Amino acid sequence: MTAASVATLTPTPLLPRIARRVLPGFGLTLGLTLVYLSLVVLIPLSAVFIKAGSLPWGELWNIVSAPRVVASYQLTFGASLLAAAINTVFGFMLAWSLVRYNFPGKRLVDALVDLPFALPTAVAGIALAALYSGNGWIGSLLAPLGLKVAFTPLGVLVALVFIGVPFVVRTVQPVLEELEIELEEAAASLGAQRGQVFRRVLLPLLLPALMTGFALAFARAVGEYGSVIFIAGNIPMVSEITPLIIITKLEQYDFQGATAVAGVMLIFSFAMLLVINLLQAWSAKRTGRGR
Amino acid sequence: MSAGVLHGRALARRFEANPATREPIWMKRLILTIALAFFVLFLFLPLVAVFSEALRKGWLVYLAALVEPDALASIRLTVLVAVIAVPLNLVFGVIAAWAIAKFDFRGKRLLTTLIDLPFSVSPVVVGLIFLLLFGAQGWFGTWLFEHDIKIVFAVPGIVLATVFVTFPFVARELIPLMEAQGRDEEEAATVLGASGFQTFRRVTLPSIQWGLLYGVILCNARAMGEFGAVSVVSGHIRGATNTMPLHVEILYNEYNFAAAFAVASLLAMLALVTLALKTFIEWRAGRVVTVDD
Repeated sequence: MTAASVATLTPTPLLPRIARRVLPGFGLTLGLTLVYLSLVVLIPLSAVFIKAGSLPWGELWNIVSAPRVVASYQLTFGASLLAAAINTVFGFMLAWSLVRYNFPGKRLVDALVDLPFALPTAVAGIALAALYSGNGWIGSLLAPLGLKVAFTPLGVLVALVFIGVPFVVRTVQPVLEELEIELEEAAASLGAQRGQVFRRVLLPLLLPALMTGFALAFARAVGEYGSVIFIAGNIPMVSEITPLIIITKLEQYDFQGATAVAGVMLIFSFAMLLVINLLQAWSAKRTGRGR
Repeated sequence: MSAGVLHGRALARRFEANPATREPIWMKRLILTIALAFFVLFLFLPLVAVFSEALRKGWLVYLAALVEPDALASIRLTVLVAVIAVPLNLVFGVIAAWAIAKFDFRGKRLLTTLIDLPFSVSPVVVGLIFLLLFGAQGWFGTWLFEHDIKIVFAVPGIVLATVFVTFPFVARELIPLMEAQGRDEEEAATVLGASGFQTFRRVTLPSIQWGLLYGVILCNARAMGEFGAVSVVSGHIRGATNTMPLHVEILYNEYNFAAAFAVASLLAMLALVTLALKTFIEWRAGRVVTVDD
């Protein structure tokens, strides 16, 4: 995805138009792409805005600013930010360990990092609920400490950490692999301590990738549904996430309400997409890599 | 996966051998311990829990949950949905990647971003979109009702929602790959008289086959595992419109945990196979790059 954005950043050479299109199929493939994209994605998506836009502004505002909906934003965005932050710290350590150290089982750990991409969210949800409930493996250890995870907002956080793991690791790992070893050698030979090298040399180089990973994990967490609902308990005003509000409204045949809240989430998704694109362009520029 | 760069164990050995790039031993142990504890807590234990819960009441209960008619119906539907959605997005992915990687045109960057768009949309919102279009009160609702066509709360709706959420997988793997490979070889083939399709099949396809397979595998995993979007449009009719993830949910909500985890364990095995194939392809593709050098 980075390569695509980078390659298109470089200005296209001003060759004569005839010389540029030797290959056949431009009109056909671009046309089919646009038709399919419009039919499957763009036209359906526009339905949300057209439907939400048909509501009077006052009513629209009342729906999206109702206390129960606002409480769900606070939980969804708050837990997603926290989960992305946790993933940035621990995901970085995991990526660092995978690139810089050898340890038994490294292959397995490397492969399983992508588990949240491959494991259906509903399966992750019930597995986490089983682990963290009062009689689960982890829940029973935390219970004596007075810590309840399952069916509380903490449960939401746990599920969002799970689904966000690969985003940070897989964004930071390739950058770490391609860092020039000479930079650290130069810093060390000039007398820098290991901590200084990390803070002053490595961290600035890795910062764009870390921030991209954070943004990707955050964007994914905000929209997440399947892994959260099983462990959240879904108590209104306490542990009810925004996607669940949409589902609840749909079950009450409140299509307008569901669409209005969905519109808020879509606008947020588009904003995050923009931010992530800018971060990736920055990351590619900072490290000078195509991918 | 760039060529000429050390990978895996060799790369780590180089870092560990060089005094300028290695940490004090206590620091290394600390980082490794924290990283692996995080891995075990958040990735490894949930995976183990699926199988352990599934087998808690023994093999007989486990197998009974899998051969039960509703479970079999959900497996059939899941496979059917993937068999339709994956090839559609495979063909689209190849076509889109050809247009984007082999030609220059205005708005290319925007188009690439739009192709990625489905990844940014919450699955629940995806389901809602198709309700707005094809539901009883939707844009085409009346027309569909008059013509006795069911899309929402039926299989076509499930397929549509799945196609939407798995839309970018193949295209996003192929676009960077085909851009990196340039156009010279295809242009040479065309100049020598090959038709467009011959050029694609004989020149492009062999060099993108691993990337293609990679995209298809990830696309399939998501198609079979999608929950949120499918949940909204399915209607949850047992034995008819329940996919495997939805069947897991129903069993779980009925407190039939052993059966829920038994079906879930099939999906977990699918995830493990996906990850194994993915690792294999990365290894193969990496080797191809090294050999080409």
